[in-house]
Amino acid sequence: MKAKHRFIVAVIVLGLLMTGPFVVTSLLVWLDMKDAERTLLTNLLMSRLPVGTMMTLFGFVLGVLVLHKLFKQYVEGLLRMAETLRLMLGANRNFRVTIEGPPEVQQLAQAANDLAQQRDALMDDVDAQIATAKASVEEEKNRLAALMSELAQAVVVCNLDGRILLYNNRARLQFKALSQGPTSVAGGALIGLGRSIFSILEKSQVEHAEEVIRQRLAAGKTAISNFITTTRGGQLLRAQMVPVLAASGEEGDATMSGYVLTVENITRSIEQEARRDQVLHSLTEGSRSTIGNIRAAVANLIDYPDMEPELRERFVKVVDDEAAKMSQSLDLTMGEFSDSMKTRWPLEDVLGIDIIAAAQRRIDDKLKLPTKTEELDDALWIKADSYSLVFALVCLASKLQDHYEPRELRFRLTSTGRLAYLDLIWAGPAMSSETFYTWEMETMQIGSETSPLTLRDVIDRHGGEIWYEREKAAHRAFFRFVLPVAVPEIEHDQEERSRGKGRPEYYDFDLFKFEDKNIDLDRKLSDLTYTVFDTETTGLEPSNGDEIIQIGAARIVNNRLLRQETFDQIVDPECPLKPESIPIHGITEDMVRGQPNIDVVLPAFHSFCEDTVLIAHNAAFDMRFLQLKEERTGIRFTQPVLDTLLLSAVIHPNQESHKLDVILERLGISIGTRHNALQDALATGEVFLKQVKLLEEMGIVTVRQALEAAEKTYFARVKY
Amino acid sequence: MTKKILIVDDEPNIIISLEFLMKKEGFSVAVAGDGEEALAKVASFAPDLILLDVMMPKKSGFEVCEALRADPSNAGLLIVMLTAKGRDTEVAKGLAIGADAYVTKPFSTKELVARVKTMLGVG
Repeated sequence: MKAKHRFIVAVIVLGLLMTGPFVVTSLLVWLDMKDAERTLLTNLLMSRLPVGTMMTLFGFVLGVLVLHKLFKQYVEGLLRMAETLRLMLGANRNFRVTIEGPPEVQQLAQAANDLAQQRDALMDDVDAQIATAKASVEEEKNRLAALMSELAQAVVVCNLDGRILLYNNRARLQFKALSQGPTSVAGGALIGLGRSIFSILEKSQVEHAEEVIRQRLAAGKTAISNFITTTRGGQLLRAQMVPVLAASGEEGDATMSGYVLTVENITRSIEQEARRDQVLHSLTEGSRSTIGNIRAAVANLIDYPDMEPELRERFVKVVDDEAAKMSQSLDLTMGEFSDSMKTRWPLEDVLGIDIIAAAQRRIDDKLKLPTKTEELDDALWIKADSYSLVFALVCLASKLQDHYEPRELRFRLTSTGRLAYLDLIWAGPAMSSETFYTWEMETMQIGSETSPLTLRDVIDRHGGEIWYEREKAAHRAFFRFVLPVAVPEIEHDQEERSRGKGRPEYYDFDLFKFEDKNIDLDRKLSDLTYTVFDTETTGLEPSNGDEIIQIGAARIVNNRLLRQETFDQIVDPECPLKPESIPIHGITEDMVRGQPNIDVVLPAFHSFCEDTVLIAHNAAFDMRFLQLKEERTGIRFTQPVLDTLLLSAVIHPNQESHKLDVILERLGISIGTRHNALQDALATGEVFLKQVKLLEEMGIVTVRQALEAAEKTYFARVKY
Repeated sequence: MTKKILIVDDEPNIIISLEFLMKKEGFSVAVAGDGEEALAKVASFAPDLILLDVMMPKKSGFEVCEALRADPSNAGLLIVMLTAKGRDTEVAKGLAIGADAYVTKPFSTKELVARVKTMLGVG
């Protein structure tokens, strides 16, 4: 019953209470009276009735007024307070009940306010604690990610389904180098958060390694497993797997929730190994028969000294022949395999100028001898053991200082083909080659620091050479170190620096909880993996011969737009560009020339999109272009497609424009450049992430609901 | 009766030594320069023992050995494989396909003679 109704009832009850007893008493008295008494009473009452009625009415009005006052204060006052309390509970935490009304209500209000105060304090406290905890977790994650990204090994962390949760830069570069695609694109398609590791490594081998680890875990052994696998491109990879154990309360009861793979490309080292084997073989097995022939002939010569001179001649000839053959084959082997014969001392690839800089610092520090540099090839990488090499340089400098007191030393770094020349130059009198020979063979020493190695050892370790040479005209001389030039295996990647801001999104530990990832239309929008993409085309009429000239795409995994995992490819349309369209997309004839055509790009794009829902702004347009290529390339895009234009119409049905620019502004997203396929795809991705939240508020939670809602909008009826 | 030995090798420089040696030891000696010739000589010369090189053109020593062992009429023929392949696996293969002995180059001529003599039951 509403408060107002209750008030009316109360008024009626008051009326009845004031008149009821009098009326009932009068009625009972009336029934008991004789006729004469009744007449007497009637006359008596009738004359005084107005006064009585007046009094009763007055009393009633008074009663109603009191009732109204009480009602206002207690019932309505409490109702108002209840509303305020609701507000405090939900929308506005800081709101407080106004203290008013009778003392009892005031006390109640005060108590409620106190309670609210206490709650706020508690909530603030909890919030603060959550914030601290979050910050420390985030910091740990960042530290881990930073650590991983700096590692020289390729590291990939996967969950048990083989989905990639984390990978480092090295892994990205390594797998990129492995990809057989014509563009940088295929590598990007191979590795990515939430993608399957099985597109890179043989599934059965990974599973076998997992099994080995489980068995080792069960047996209480070190859980580690190694395997070697080949890629589709024929490269050899050595992988090591260690488990990620789920944190469990009891010890010794750990279950595997994923694994860490370190992957190394051993193709090159295996090739070297094979060459070494070959050398070893040709020197051992290859020598056997020659030595055998010599040995038999010599044995005969010794055992039968009295044989005929003619026969003797023949045996001597055998020995001569075979010995000559042997030396020839040795020469040949050494010539052919000299590279592989180099010592196996682990040499690293270092920049030549770094070695020189280090040597300069030490010479200045230890010997107080000024140094300068001359011609320096600052892009020259050499294979070196930098410590011993720097030691050798400083040791030579120290000997020069002791014997010839040069005023300064100079460095020079040049190269010819596969050899690097590192020269240590000084001005002074000629030195004898004997002196240099003794220097070469002495163990090295700089002041009190000694090394067990000789200069010769260091040179041998590098498979290099050293000599002394005079520049007569300049009255100076130099020591020339000849060292092998290194070819850095992986060139550094420039593009990543330019893309996105902050730390790259190479990890997502939430994927540990990720289950099977096939596209299920009834899953939540925020749970799925998406590919947002955009195309630039020669024009607006796909059915009239317009072609795709650029595809840009990015992935959304676990509600995050991954700016590192992108697809960005210009396509040769194999037809002239329309001059009027060039200002729009900014792609010129020069840019498309030499790029792969759609037959090459579409398969790469298709594998980039694998297992994801597609998102595009005005998707119908882009999809039409893709569909027109189905017949020619045999590539079909069968996954569900969400259109941010239609979703915008679902969310804001009363807005006139759903152009990407307008939506960006409406949703408060600021974007740099536009009308580049990748930039537009990224913008579309940002829009979609905002839309997911807005759709959720409207009760549109799953992909199916979103698709259905989009289909009902007016814009969906416009077809290309 | 003089025992007959067939020497099979493609290298004249070893044949000359082996031929000389075996003749000095009083054996009757024939020589073949490759696997096919060896099979022909086995038929015509009917040796008691064959010194067989493994690495030869046309037919390898392994093939010759297998061919000989496949023919029951050669059951009594002793086969000594001479080879520059010294790995355990190859020794095992030689013995498995029916060689009676396997000698790795370089070898001591004295030991070879002693071995041949023991196998033939002479001296």
